[in-house]
Amino acid sequence: MTAMVQAKGVHKFFGDLHVLKGVDLTVGRGEVCVILGPSGSGKSTLIRCINELEQISAGRMFVDGELMGLREVGGRLHRLNDQEIARQRAKIGMVFQRFNLFPHMTALENVMEAPRQVRRVPRADAERVARDQLARVGLSDRADHYPAQLSGGQQQRVAIARALAMEPELMLFDEPTSALDPELVGEVLGVMQELAASGMTMIVVTHEVGFAREVADQVVFMDDGVVVERGTPGKVIDAPQQQRTRDFFAKVL
Amino acid sequence: MRQPTPELIRARPVPRPSLWLWAGIVLVLVAMLVHGLLTNPNYRWDVVAQHLLDPRIISGLGWTLLLTVGAMALGITLAVTTAIMRMGTNPILRGVAWAYIWFFRGTPVYTQLVFWGLLPVLYPRLSLGIPFGPEWLEFSTQDVINAGVAAVLGLGLNEGAYLSEIVRSGLNSVDKGQWEAATALGMRRGTTLRRIVIPQAMRVIVPPTGNETISMLKTTSLVLAVPFSLELTFVTNAIGNKNFLPVPLLIVAAIYYLVVTSILMVGQHHLEAYYGRGFDTDQTTGGGGRPPKGMSKRQQAILAAGTVHADPNLEVTP
Repeated sequence: MTAMVQAKGVHKFFGDLHVLKGVDLTVGRGEVCVILGPSGSGKSTLIRCINELEQISAGRMFVDGELMGLREVGGRLHRLNDQEIARQRAKIGMVFQRFNLFPHMTALENVMEAPRQVRRVPRADAERVARDQLARVGLSDRADHYPAQLSGGQQQRVAIARALAMEPELMLFDEPTSALDPELVGEVLGVMQELAASGMTMIVVTHEVGFAREVADQVVFMDDGVVVERGTPGKVIDAPQQQRTRDFFAKVL
Repeated sequence: MRQPTPELIRARPVPRPSLWLWAGIVLVLVAMLVHGLLTNPNYRWDVVAQHLLDPRIISGLGWTLLLTVGAMALGITLAVTTAIMRMGTNPILRGVAWAYIWFFRGTPVYTQLVFWGLLPVLYPRLSLGIPFGPEWLEFSTQDVINAGVAAVLGLGLNEGAYLSEIVRSGLNSVDKGQWEAATALGMRRGTTLRRIVIPQAMRVIVPPTGNETISMLKTTSLVLAVPFSLELTFVTNAIGNKNFLPVPLLIVAAIYYLVVTSILMVGQHHLEAYYGRGFDTDQTTGGGGRPPKGMSKRQQAILAAGTVHADPNLEVTP
């Protein structure tokens, strides 16, 4: 069985800035992978490369065995067009640090939007799916509220429901709790934990070491654009082999 | 268990003597103005009343409205198209849009109107075909571009160039995160623009566009350059000059412009409320305390949502 995500020697340049310096990553089906590391280590850039919000500069990225953003024909690489990339992205859900809910739509409309516009699901079906997903994140009673009327934690849970409504095979979380007040972090992590328990493949960039220890199957520690160390939470967090990893956890724990 | 009701504060407001002083000054000035308007016989209010419902003037008002609507419809269409072209990935289309804005913003609207009026002289016949090749369709310019069409074309093409910048700054004001969220959900560029970005940009676009519409209402009086001679200003001027009574006829025209502008302002208010939905809410989270006075609820909500950034280039009034 192929891995859900496979990054092979991925590099990313922003102009002269070398952000990812040859990253290899394998995430299996149903696995929860938590990426930890200091700010500026390239964690967010890496997961943004997985669904092609950023184009990689070198290497290959495979999701579900499919080469992302490119097609190889007769030994030559061709870029995929807008429509083909959109199709690849549609099966990858993403949750952002700043929620990025659509402010002019209610919670329900936010969740219905992509199934309606991308997959052309009939309105009644889309609404049923959306209500199910809002129930799943515990927000059935907020369906008709606009994002500005919701707390940060509620907004992030709507954002999770919005991504789940597309029935993704993979969920990416880019620092999902970093913009939240401390008392609201728990409700979002709770939803993510339930999602992990349901067997969803997840890649989570976060600073919540406790979440990593409890939920992750694989912890990846990144620093300065490379993967320094990877393994089970017990290995990477509690008994790191590398000095850089030890220094980092000595500071955050 | 019921909480005891606290004793609400009923305090006298801070005395504001300057309020009464200004009320007095304004009252005296208004009284002087009204007195002058009513007692000066040169205003000829009888002539104003006599012409207020003159069928020629009502018809002129109708033409003015028609020109305004036609020019704004053409302008908005061109503006949205060229703004999207300028933001796109195709360098040819970007160049075309830039050149259009450069030319039509860079020449006086009066000159453009004269040009459109002279088009039948420049090109007596218009034809459709391949350059230097066969022609399939040919017609007389005079038949297609009459004075009314020339007026709408002239005003609309000029307006489109100004509005394009307003639309572009509106589109740019929408947070990049909105694009990213829609993109990550698998939405394509066109869908994202139509469903996510433009509806939010409208909050920024509508107020200056309302302003432009009000401005257009009065700019239509320039179409005498075409020459087009049926709209309100031309008709009232003509009657006034014929009667040797220009002032009362100017008052008639001013009254109608004011009435229409007032109606447009009401319409703009409702449009703004519509596009402010999701932002007009008292329950916005975060940031306690009283917001600064004089800032509309809409503005506060936009700031609270943080999806729109103020654009210093937004003011694009001609």
